[in-house]
Amino acid sequence: MTPFLLAFFLAASPAELTPGKIQTGGELRFAVPSEPKALHPLQVTDESSELVRYLISGSLVRLNRVTQKIEPELAESWKVTDSGLQITFQLRKGLKFSDGAPFDAADVIFTINKLMDKSLVSPIAESFRPAVGSVITKAIGPNVVSVRFPVYVAGMERLFSGLSILSSRSPLKEAAGLGPFMVAESKAGAHIRLAKNPNYWRKDASGRQMPYLDAIRIEFLKNRDIELLRFQKGEFDFVSNIEPEAYEKLKANPTVTALDLGASLDTQQIWFNQTPAAPIGAHKKEWFTSQSFRLAISETINRKDMARVVYHGYGVPAVGPVSPGNSFWYASKLKPAEFQPQAALARLQKDGFKMFGDQLKDKQGNAVEFTIVTNAGNKVRERLAAMIQADLRQIGIKVTVAAMDFPSLIERIMRTFNYEACLLGLVNLDLDPSSQSNVWLSSGSSHAWNPNQKTPASPWEAEIDKLMRQQGSEVDPNKRKASFDRVQEIAAQQTPIIYLINKHTLVATSPKLKNLKPAILSPHMVWNIEELYFAEGAQRAAK
Amino acid sequence: MKRLPEILLAVLVLVMLCAPWLAPNGYEKQSRDFIAVGPTKDFLLGTDALGRDRFARLLFGSRLSLLLAPAAAAVSVFLAAVIGALAAFSGKRLESAIIFFSDVALSLPWLFLLLTIRGAMPLDIRPEVSIVITFLVLGLLGWAGPARIVRAGVRLILKSDYIFQAKAMGIAPSRTFFRYILPNIKPLLIAQFWISLPVFILSEANLGALGLSVSEPMPSWGNLLKELESQTSALEHPLANWQLLAPIVLLVAVVSLLQLSQQRLKGSS
Repeated sequence: MTPFLLAFFLAASPAELTPGKIQTGGELRFAVPSEPKALHPLQVTDESSELVRYLISGSLVRLNRVTQKIEPELAESWKVTDSGLQITFQLRKGLKFSDGAPFDAADVIFTINKLMDKSLVSPIAESFRPAVGSVITKAIGPNVVSVRFPVYVAGMERLFSGLSILSSRSPLKEAAGLGPFMVAESKAGAHIRLAKNPNYWRKDASGRQMPYLDAIRIEFLKNRDIELLRFQKGEFDFVSNIEPEAYEKLKANPTVTALDLGASLDTQQIWFNQTPAAPIGAHKKEWFTSQSFRLAISETINRKDMARVVYHGYGVPAVGPVSPGNSFWYASKLKPAEFQPQAALARLQKDGFKMFGDQLKDKQGNAVEFTIVTNAGNKVRERLAAMIQADLRQIGIKVTVAAMDFPSLIERIMRTFNYEACLLGLVNLDLDPSSQSNVWLSSGSSHAWNPNQKTPASPWEAEIDKLMRQQGSEVDPNKRKASFDRVQEIAAQQTPIIYLINKHTLVATSPKLKNLKPAILSPHMVWNIEELYFAEGAQRAAK
Repeated sequence: MKRLPEILLAVLVLVMLCAPWLAPNGYEKQSRDFIAVGPTKDFLLGTDALGRDRFARLLFGSRLSLLLAPAAAAVSVFLAAVIGALAAFSGKRLESAIIFFSDVALSLPWLFLLLTIRGAMPLDIRPEVSIVITFLVLGLLGWAGPARIVRAGVRLILKSDYIFQAKAMGIAPSRTFFRYILPNIKPLLIAQFWISLPVFILSEANLGALGLSVSEPMPSWGNLLKELESQTSALEHPLANWQLLAPIVLLVAVVSLLQLSQQRLKGSS
C-alpha cells in the first residue's frame, strides 16, 4: 500500500473519527507555536496567520486535503479557456459576508484589484502578479466573473484556493469574511478566539447550518512539551506535527487517538556548494561538481537506518523533490539510492580516489574531508548529520558537522557561499511543481547548489530549465507531469541535492472530536472545520 | 575529612581520565540496533537516540568539561590579575580606562558575543579544537569581574605599612609587586579561580544545550544535557529514564564540590 493510500485509509477508516449523530455546539481548542502576525487575509506571511485566514475567510475554490483535488467553494463551477489564459467562475448566489454584506462578482473583482496593488506585500499577491502585462477581471453577470492572465499560469484554479475574497461593500472591510468562523477576541501573546459565522453559506445534506462548532480557541504556545501535557489533560483537542518519540508514547495512551498520516511533503536534504565564486579550495570544488562524487556520497548514506533510527520508522527514504505523499506529481518509477558503500568506493576509485589506511584521498593526495553546516538546535538534523558522519567514515571520508544559528547559516548559503555542504529541510506547502521553479531553474535564487546563474552551468541544468519552462506553459496535466517526471529523473541521476527522508505526518486527537479527516496537507486537522463536531455530551462550553 | 570535596573531585577527574579503559565502546560508535535502550551489561547507562553508549559519552564529555574548565578559569584569573593589578598600580587615567572597559565587558551579552565568535570561526574546525576554543573564549571573556576584585585587593595592599616602607627603601615597583603584592593577593586569585570554575562549566553547558558548543560526535556536558530537552519528557514519569539524569547529577555534584572546596579555602584563609 502506498503511503498516500495509507494516509487516505487512516483518514477515513478509524471508527472514532467517523460521524455518528451530529451534535452542534462546543468550543474546539488547540495550540499553535506562534501568534498570527497579520489578520489581513491578503497579507499572510506566517503559518499561524495562514491557519486563521483559512478559518475565517472563503475562497472561490478549495483544495480537498485528502483527495488533493480542487473542489467548488464560493464558485460552484469554473472553466479554463483560451489555452489556459482565462478562467471564468460561476459564483454561488445569495451568499453573505459575516457582517451581512452581500457577495457577488464585484467582490471578486475588488479582491483581485486589491491584489494587483503593488504596495501590498504578500506572498499570495506575488503569485498572482504577472511579470509582464496585467490581469484583467470582468463581471459577466452579477454571479459570473472572468479573470484573464497575460501569460499562461500552470494549475490556475489551484491559485484561487489560497485567495480569500474580500468584501467591496462591507464597512468592516477585510474583517468581514466568508469563512465558517470570524474573529471574536484576540489577546496578544495568549490566544485568539473565533466564533461561528452566522452567515456562513454551507449547509449539510440535511439542511443544517454549518459549522457545527460554536467557537475555536487557538492558544499561542511555543513549548511543545506543555502542549502535549495539556492535550493529555484534555485541555486541547488535537496536536499535529508530533515528533516520533512523542507519537509512540501517545499511541500507547488509550485515551487519545494517534494517527500516522503517511509521508508528508517535507524533505530533509544535503547539497554540496558548486558556486564557482565560493571561497573554498579548488580541489573541493572539483569533487563537488563531479557527478560520481555526489552519487558516491548518496550511495554511502543509509537512508533506511535514518528512517528507522531518527524517525522511529515514521519516515521513508526520499527519492527526490516530490514526496510520495504528493500523489499526482510523485515519480513512482524512481527508487531511493541504495545503500552500497563498497560500490560507492569503487565508483570513487574509478575517478582516481584512493584509500590510504582509513583515509580516502583524491588523485592529488588531498584527504577527502568536508564540513556540513546545519542549523543549531534542530535535534533531527543534528542526528541525521551524525549518521552521515558515521556512514561516510566507512569509505574514509571525514565529515565535520558545524551547527550554527539560523541567520548565520542563511548568510553563508545565500550570500557569502562560504560553506562546503549544507543539511537542511524543505517545507513544501504546494503540490504543484511550479512552486519549485525557483529551486530548479538555474537562474533561481533558491537553486541551492549554484544559484542565480546567468546561463546554465551544465547541459543537464539547461535541460532542467527547458523542462521546467515546458511544464509551466503546458495546459495538459499529463504532459506537465511527463516533463516534471523527467526533471525528477535528471535530479536523481545528477544528485545536485541528495534527498534523505520524507518524514511522516503524525497527529493525535481526542476521540471526542468527530468527523475529522486528517491529511498530510496543512491545515492537517481542520481543513474541513465546518464538518467537525464533538461527541454527545463532550462539547466544551465556549467561554 | 576537611579535604573531602577535593578528594572527591580528584577521584572524579581520575575516573574521567580512565574513560578509554572504563568505557571501551567509545563515545561515537553508533550501535544502530540498540537505539535508546535502557541500562544493560554492555551499556551501563543505556544508549542515546543514535545507539551510542551513554556511559562512555558521559565519561568522555565530563573529561572535557573537567579538564578545560580549569584551563579557562586559569586564563581568566591570569588576565584578571594582570589587568586588575595594572589598574591599581597605574595612574588615574589608565585606571579609569580599565574600569570603563571592564564595565563594558561586564555589560556585554556574553551569550551573543560567544555566538558571534563561534560564527566567525572556520567551519572545518575539528571538534576537539572547537571545544578548546569555546573554553578559551569563555576564559578570555571572564576577566572583567575578577579584575575589579583584584584591583580593589591590590589598592588595599598598597595602603599597607610594609608597602610604604618598601617605597621608602626605594625598592622598584616591579619587585614590590612580585615580592610583596602578588603573594598577598594569591588567596584572592585562588578564590577567583574556584569561583570561575563552575561558572565556566555551566556556561559550556548552556552553550551545549543550545547546540553551539562541541560539534558532533564529541560529547560534552552541554550536549549531553540536550537529551533532557525531549518532547516525550512531558509524557512520562520524571524517573522513567533516570539514566538521562546522569549528566545533570554529575554536573550538580561537581559544582557543589567546587563550592564546598571554595568555602573551605575561604575559611582557612
